Amino acid sequence: MLLRHTPKEISERSAVTINPAKTCQPIGAMYAALGIHGCLPHSHGSQGCCAYHRSALTRHYKEPVSASTSSFTEGSSVFGGQANLLQAINNIFTVYDPEIIAVHTTCLSETIGDDLSQIFDKAYKEGTVPKGKTLVGAPTPSYVGSHVTGFSNMVKAMADLAEPTGKKNGKVNVIPGWVEPSDMEEIKRLAKLVGADITLFPDTSGVLNGPLSGEYHMFPQGGVTVAELKGCGDAIGTLALGEWCSADAARLLDTKYKVPCRILDMPFGLKATDRFIDALRTISGTVVPEEVSYERGQLVDLISDMHQYFYHKKVALFGDPDQLIAMTEFLVSIDMCPVHLVTGTPGKRFEKRIKELTKDMPFEVNVRAKGDLFLLHQWIKNEPVDLLIGNTYGKYIARDEDIPFIRWGFPILDRQGHQYFPTVGYKGGLRFLEKVLNALLDRMDRDSAEEKFELVY
Amino acid sequence: MATAKKKLVQWEPTDVKKELLKKYPAKVARKRAKQILINEALENTTPEITANVRTIPGIITMRGCTYAGCKGVIMGPTRDIINLVHGPIGCSFYAWLTRRNQTDAGVDGENYIPYCFSTDMQDSDIIFGGEKKLAAAIQEIYDIFHPKAITIFATCPVGLIGDDIHTVARNMKAQLGDCNVFAFSCEGYKGVSQSAGHHIANNQVFTHMVGENNDEKAGEYKINLLGEYNIGGDGFEIDRILRKCGITTISTFSGNSTYDQFASAHKADLSCVMCHRSINYVADMMETKFGIPWIKVNFIGAKSTIKSLRKIAEYFGDQKLIDRVEAVIAEEMPAVDAVCSDVLTRTAGKTAMLFVGGSRAHHYQDLFAEMGMKTISAGYEFAHRDDYEGRRVIPTLKVDADSRNIEEIEVEADPERFKPRKTEAELKALEDKGFKFKEYDGIMPDMDPGALVIDDCNQYEAEKLVELMKPDIFCAGIKEKFSIQKLGVPMKQLHSYDSGGPYAGFKGAVNFYKEIDRLVNSKVWSYMKAPWQESPELSATYVWE
Repeated sequence: MLLRHTPKEISERSAVTINPAKTCQPIGAMYAALGIHGCLPHSHGSQGCCAYHRSALTRHYKEPVSASTSSFTEGSSVFGGQANLLQAINNIFTVYDPEIIAVHTTCLSETIGDDLSQIFDKAYKEGTVPKGKTLVGAPTPSYVGSHVTGFSNMVKAMADLAEPTGKKNGKVNVIPGWVEPSDMEEIKRLAKLVGADITLFPDTSGVLNGPLSGEYHMFPQGGVTVAELKGCGDAIGTLALGEWCSADAARLLDTKYKVPCRILDMPFGLKATDRFIDALRTISGTVVPEEVSYERGQLVDLISDMHQYFYHKKVALFGDPDQLIAMTEFLVSIDMCPVHLVTGTPGKRFEKRIKELTKDMPFEVNVRAKGDLFLLHQWIKNEPVDLLIGNTYGKYIARDEDIPFIRWGFPILDRQGHQYFPTVGYKGGLRFLEKVLNALLDRMDRDSAEEKFELVY
Repeated sequence: MATAKKKLVQWEPTDVKKELLKKYPAKVARKRAKQILINEALENTTPEITANVRTIPGIITMRGCTYAGCKGVIMGPTRDIINLVHGPIGCSFYAWLTRRNQTDAGVDGENYIPYCFSTDMQDSDIIFGGEKKLAAAIQEIYDIFHPKAITIFATCPVGLIGDDIHTVARNMKAQLGDCNVFAFSCEGYKGVSQSAGHHIANNQVFTHMVGENNDEKAGEYKINLLGEYNIGGDGFEIDRILRKCGITTISTFSGNSTYDQFASAHKADLSCVMCHRSINYVADMMETKFGIPWIKVNFIGAKSTIKSLRKIAEYFGDQKLIDRVEAVIAEEMPAVDAVCSDVLTRTAGKTAMLFVGGSRAHHYQDLFAEMGMKTISAGYEFAHRDDYEGRRVIPTLKVDADSRNIEEIEVEADPERFKPRKTEAELKALEDKGFKFKEYDGIMPDMDPGALVIDDCNQYEAEKLVELMKPDIFCAGIKEKFSIQKLGVPMKQLHSYDSGGPYAGFKGAVNFYKEIDRLVNSKVWSYMKAPWQESPELSATYVWE
């Protein structure tokens, strides 16, 4: 047993987190910033933060992740990091020549109270920012919220680059939340089918799922441009996918620039995708083409074909709130039973939403925001499940408890494909259901007695 | 745009250096110029390199932080101690199982390596202090797991808000009674790289664990293996070989290690140092306090393994051991030679670049040499000058502000337990035969004249090097992997070995030969261009029959 010291008996803990279901803010800000075209994310803190975030993102995406750091020493921790950041800005524009530097803070620079906007002012005044280049900054104290909060904070800072001209541009802002590059590509494809002209931000497609061609471009073709971000204040509306990841940016555009917004769930599964498509055609005033209805019908068809294997199967899942809420709805909609849910990210609404979504289930549901995988594992020991869904760290629980396991979420360190194959939308739904069915039936094939082993299911 | 395809002129090292520095702002170029060196054999000496100095803000470095060196490198591989990280959640999360340290705890041994512990500091802890939460976390851990030791790691904000983790540790140790509790002040901003964290870890491990268990340990030819972290199972392979030779490993710092190994390390008669950078402090302290001499060894590469085994045997000087070692070598080598001679036909003449660690950029050159591959450029991420130029420069090293804040502990000979392992005469006799104690000559004497030695090589320089010199393989860490491979050049991680290993010892050498053969000869590197990209101009119209 790998997690051999995890007891079945649950004792309440108030001080120690064991096997977290979250990480810290800055990595979220770094991921979001990679979704801006020509952007170099910059970590204002010790160099270890940047090294860890780059490593984690690289292991997940299997793609180059460039980001720089202020490389604080003890001296800068005492006297403030302004000199380091100013020097960094100069070096970055001279050596790497990005369009924009997206700076996020860390627990270190937040604790000593560095003020990014004041340092940016100084950089502009001193002429270290070449003409036409941009600095954007987001506070991401690691001791508040989680990686999801950091993502949201950087996306909000991106929205705040808006420079409304007063004239609507007919576009719709779509804020996809922390989903895979493949998911962002799929959202753009669906919007194109629906005929909606969208600005997707951030957009890591074309950045973190690039080709191998013998050439290295530090700033790949993908990403939302600074010009597009400036234009998002002229949009006719904003669709924010996910309360935790995307709502703050949408609300900022609403209150500050009068761009109306709607907060939707992330489009995982049939119903959430239905709501996304419906909202998109309403806000952009277009007609949904037959092609999209056809894709929807295929997903419904697959659900009906696979339903017999899903019915009343118990699932434990962990990950981030927006993803878990949408996935819980999806699982419930195919008559599976999510019974244990843990996110490390705080937010009371999470538990409330999950309770609402699962209220008709024939089982008691354990749900915890600010939980950890140690607790999830204990719940599973007390009430076993048929399937576990979560990031790679789940494999230790899955192996010990012998549970079929689907890798979904961040980070996935030991499998590939998530960069290329979406799980959002109807097509993503097909892929996800295929994964679920394979996991369940592979297990059945492994475990069934010889006389029960069958060719046809 | 950088493309790897274009080289083809032979670059002079001086021109390469000039190219690397060309784009930098003047101040950056001046600093980097001292860290980029063209290796040349001077009379009785090597050229002086600047190392262990601050990273330049904004220049995309390969380095990590002090916490990573302390918790990740030194303490991470130990299985029966609970490592509690005091700070916001990220630091503990990122160091959770990501270094591929393997351990063998048996079916029911204690093993906390798959676990991740953190106080997950919140803003209220930053404002009001986190000492209470830390003490409560230690109590909760003790109540659930009853481990023999809990160690605490400080992260950046802990030092800034002034949490006294050492006092909390002392109090909790007294309160719990049967659990050793101690702390590391390894805030990420200390020092200039991981290196400071190694030093801090060495000091605390030595102070709080080494020498605790005075029970006699069974076995002949007792050694400590220092600076071996069992990444990808390296330590397992070295243990296998040592066991076969009849050598007893009392402790490994710290691959596949246990609390008791640290506590009993003073019972060994020789310390063998693998990674000089990360652990030489412990080797020195062990000698001063207990009289255990140390030698530098290297188990990376079959020839180096042989050399190291013979060195250990020579130290003990027992004919039985010397014969046994020779027998083991004779038994192991045919399998190694068979693979090597096969692989050589496909690897000989190829070139490599290595930018990794504080030792591996040196050690792995031996393996490449066995495959007929030449290392044309190499350097360390976090080494000091002695790792480049040899320990003889240590007395001349300047201690700057960033090193001065790393505690140096005073160690004296233990009044009861100091016991010279050899008499002066015995030591002299060994030295007269050319046997070297406490000696490490560094990477530079082993590299070809004209090779580029680069300290703290960064992303920009790495790409430039690949673009200009087009090596057949590039070795560094995960952050560097994919930008190099986008250029069409295979990249091997030598921190965590991708998903491979072991590469140490005899079986490891075989694994490495095969792995490098696979990488440099993979068909994938020939797929970069589609047919229509190779010849975009249509020369004739194709007519369907």
